[in-house]
Amino acid sequence: MYYAVTIATLVTMALALLRAVLGPSVYDRVLAVNMLGTKTVLLLSVIAFLYGRPDFLDLALAYALINFIGVLAVLEFFRSRALRRSAERGARQ
Amino acid sequence: MSALLDTLSWVLLTLGGLSVLVGGIGALRMPDLYTRMHAASVTDSLGAILVLGGIMLQAGWSLATIKLIAILLFLLLTSPTSSNALASAALLAGTRPFAEAGQDEEAPK
Amino acid sequence: MIVIFGIFLLTLLVITAIAIVRSDNLFVAVMLMGIASLLIAANFFLLDAADVALTEAAVGAGISTVLFLGALALTSERERAKSSNRLLSFIVVAAAALILIYATFDKPRFGDPEAPVQTHVAPWYLEKTPEYIDIPNVVTAVLGSFRGYDTLGEVFVVFTAGIGVLFLLGGGKATSTLPEEKINEGLRHHLIPRVVGRILIPFILLFGLYVQFHGEYGPGGGFQAGAIIAAAIILFALLEGEKRALSVLPERVLLGLMACGPLLYGAVGLAGVLLGGNFLDYSVLSSDPVKGQQLGILLIEAGVGITVTGVLLGIFHAFAARGR
Repeated sequence: MYYAVTIATLVTMALALLRAVLGPSVYDRVLAVNMLGTKTVLLLSVIAFLYGRPDFLDLALAYALINFIGVLAVLEFFRSRALRRSAERGARQ
Repeated sequence: MSALLDTLSWVLLTLGGLSVLVGGIGALRMPDLYTRMHAASVTDSLGAILVLGGIMLQAGWSLATIKLIAILLFLLLTSPTSSNALASAALLAGTRPFAEAGQDEEAPK
Repeated sequence: MIVIFGIFLLTLLVITAIAIVRSDNLFVAVMLMGIASLLIAANFFLLDAADVALTEAAVGAGISTVLFLGALALTSERERAKSSNRLLSFIVVAAAALILIYATFDKPRFGDPEAPVQTHVAPWYLEKTPEYIDIPNVVTAVLGSFRGYDTLGEVFVVFTAGIGVLFLLGGGKATSTLPEEKINEGLRHHLIPRVVGRILIPFILLFGLYVQFHGEYGPGGGFQAGAIIAAAIILFALLEGEKRALSVLPERVLLGLMACGPLLYGAVGLAGVLLGGNFLDYSVLSSDPVKGQQLGILLIEAGVGITVTGVLLGIFHAFAARGR
């Protein structure tokens, strides 16, 4: 039954949201966002079949792409922030 | 034959749902960032294969199956890459794993 | 059952919204806003609105997060302490919320078949689309042809947003204290993301073109395709560094894209006038009116896609090139 998988995926999304709100460090939160993204892809695929409309699968594919690009953008942000902090520390000394 | 396919897809979907749930519980209860990453990646790879495989068996040979294969390939290609990039960024920033020196996490808040 | 799923997702959305407001670390807030956008997109999908869900996913969860992170890189990460009058704001917001909730009591129930929108508006469009335009996706028919003026206005709004950002940020280069090559190398030394990203970029571009031209048959269209193509090029800029991305698509090409989109749209409208019909009347574009409508929708969707790509990339480069 598709409903069971949908319920499991929704519960996992709630757990991942809890990790995003709680997680002590920023990397925990990025991990939670990534996990939510891939769960949304699975949710969209299952619900597309539940509705009997397979041409909605384009959304799942687009969302998988966007999730990947989002995580890489976050990592680029960390990298440039680390560079900036080390340069400021160097300039202060 | 179609009863066999139905049972098989039912089994795959149930196992997929279970592994997604287990991964979610793991990501919440594990003690450290790296162990949480292990748990989350279970949902990404194993859960995706089982769930999408189950749906593919229901769809038969049609355009929807090809789109599902594309989604599966894409997920399998990008989610390990994201985990790797995240883990290396965390390691470079100084987060220590749980087993060394107790709860010594120096990650930036 | 679907309604229960929808309510569950909306509850998660409320929790996320509370968490966004309560956190004072802006980076965490940006991450949570990505999650909120994702939850809204899933909710739209549950309500069977596929085009809107695709646009929300592409623009809200992907491009907006990247732009917010670019803005955060230019400013600080912590929110400044609030000094305004909390009680007054709370009273105003609570009053507005109560008025809105009271106003929803007058609306028809969710899914009511007797609602005015189901008895007057929707059946007219569903009947007339095969007769006048004959494409399967009614949303694109309404967007492109029946409500073409609205879409023209949207394209000009997007264009104006791009010009506005370029006015504020595009001017001189701010001085940077960091070595030039280190900033511009992107994620070049992270081998695995770089290899995987390079393999994927052509396929993402191909998928963006598919979404653009498939908009008449399934969910898709100009806005979504523009966001996806811009996301592919932003991925390239993140992986290879800003300088290389600017050498691939220089700034004047981006400005050209920004301008050509509305120009194309307006030109299609004017072509309608020159060929004897009204402004934005596509039936005169070809000998068969239905084929003319399809040709018109194809051209204006291309215009929309070009505009959105140019504006999103222009805004991204305005943030990223500003010196860190």
